[in-house]
Amino acid sequence: MATQTASPAPISPAPIAKAPLKIRRRSPLAWIGDHILLAATVVIFIFMLLPNAVILVMSFNQPIGKYDYTWNQFSTEAWAHPCANQELCSSMGLSLEIGLIATLVSTALGTMIAFAMVRHRFKARSGINALLFLPMAAPEVVMGATLTALFFNTIGPGSLGFWTITIAHVMFCLSYVVVTIKSRLAGMDPTLERAAQDLYATPTQTFMKVTLPLVAPGIAAAALLAFALSIDDYIITAFTAGQRTTFPMYIFGSVQRSYPAQINVIGSIMLIGTMVIIAVSTVLGRMRATRR
Amino acid sequence: MSTALLDKAPASEAPPEDRKPRRNITPWVLLLPGLLWLILFFLIPILTSVSASVQTGNFDDGFKLTWHWANYADAIKPYWRQYLHSGIFSVATTVLCLALGYPVAYFIAFKGGKWKSLLMALVIVPSFTSFLIRTIAWKTILADNGFVVRVLNDLHILGVTRRLGITVGTHVLASPGAVVCGMVYNFLPFMILPLYTSLEKIDPRLLEAGNDLYCGTFQTWRRITLPLSMPGVIGGTLLTFIPAIGDYINAQLLGNANTGVVGQSIENLFLRKTDGYPVGSAMSVIMMVGTLVLVMLYIRKAGTEDLI
Repeated sequence: MATQTASPAPISPAPIAKAPLKIRRRSPLAWIGDHILLAATVVIFIFMLLPNAVILVMSFNQPIGKYDYTWNQFSTEAWAHPCANQELCSSMGLSLEIGLIATLVSTALGTMIAFAMVRHRFKARSGINALLFLPMAAPEVVMGATLTALFFNTIGPGSLGFWTITIAHVMFCLSYVVVTIKSRLAGMDPTLERAAQDLYATPTQTFMKVTLPLVAPGIAAAALLAFALSIDDYIITAFTAGQRTTFPMYIFGSVQRSYPAQINVIGSIMLIGTMVIIAVSTVLGRMRATRR
Repeated sequence: MSTALLDKAPASEAPPEDRKPRRNITPWVLLLPGLLWLILFFLIPILTSVSASVQTGNFDDGFKLTWHWANYADAIKPYWRQYLHSGIFSVATTVLCLALGYPVAYFIAFKGGKWKSLLMALVIVPSFTSFLIRTIAWKTILADNGFVVRVLNDLHILGVTRRLGITVGTHVLASPGAVVCGMVYNFLPFMILPLYTSLEKIDPRLLEAGNDLYCGTFQTWRRITLPLSMPGVIGGTLLTFIPAIGDYINAQLLGNANTGVVGQSIENLFLRKTDGYPVGSAMSVIMMVGTLVLVMLYIRKAGTEDLI
């Protein structure tokens, strides 16, 4: 294995202004090609967005029988009583709880690793890189199965539950956190920190006032990613959960029991909530940018 | 820094190449907790499962290491169909994702204009709803009395796909086709994101140069765009293939009794059988090694090292 240099990936050279394509005489063939491309893109976007539309529509459905699969008639019943099914909301609570703890722990540990990887020289670098890469390359079912086997062998099958799920979630979130923060750190201008030191800032001051604010968006993105990964995980959770039921496990199980419209309500809330958060943060970011 | 932490850091491993050797302890202090977590809960389980795969026993009496290599035979012979399905589904998913993802990424990168970020947001936003709910929504879309099935029936497409073994009867649901549809749907964003990143980096002036030198649109794409977007193609295919080969959610939710995949068998052996855990471990080992070998060969062949 070639030894990797410790220095971060070189910052891309000054962005070349991308000149807009000049309007040129175009063959009719290119016109057709462009429109086929446009049509394909539209169709594929419909393919990607259709399930979300279905979830939204079916959340206003009054299903016949146990399954909210076919449209019957309009009703706001499910929206009025999203927690009509106790188990649904308690499983959501459990998922949120695990998601928060897993996010906090994995973001803290991952930030430390990312700083060490980008800012320090040490041996065994490629080995550590491989260890960080492997959890992303291993099939989830393998990680779930082998971790459960370990828990069986050490603490016994009876002790599977909240903490084993959380441990597993931190494990599979960690690599993604490291990758996200590493790319932010590597893209940072190192001269800013040198400037702070030149202006007699102590290492702590440099870190708190220069480094941390610059890396913060990367850490926030990593935390969001970890939370999204944790709250949405089914496979590893199913292996390590024992008798507990997280939200994804509840949904998976409800395919066999009954599929109430409330599940679609929660699905819609997740979507709308995320879109609102993104919209608000975009607007806030633009406002801050214009104020400068 | 407390001395306790300093003691734990293997100072001997710190290279003396830096002028100030004291600084070399810091990275280990930073690395240690996270790496320990990965070693304890990722690496050791994988290694112990190798031992578990040659154990025999049952839940009541416990399992013992008996070097029972026959477990591997038991993990392969009765399940050859599942391995076949996993292979076919994940390869088909990767190919289809590339075929669908490339035009979308290309369109957003080169024709997106000021809508670029909005379009990319549209690729990601659906992923924020639970993927299970979105996968189950396909049960509504592909339902027997639904629009899609009616159109496919009227166009006599279902007759063709039935003969090809993609769909079953006059249904789309509960068929290999539905499984692959769900998998493509689930993994398409993982393909589009890296493709877009590498396409977006391409300087449009290069494409113009191609045009100026009398390259047709297709020639320009084949000789300039495609080679420059190869990192995205490699990243995207890996990000699609790796989760696809272990996925059993789509097979479980959208498939039928004849679309079983390896993941389902491992889950059954672990969670629903009392003595299946050694054979399940053997299957995990096979799957892990198989995936790693495939990925390594692919990376070697494609020659990318900066994946992370």
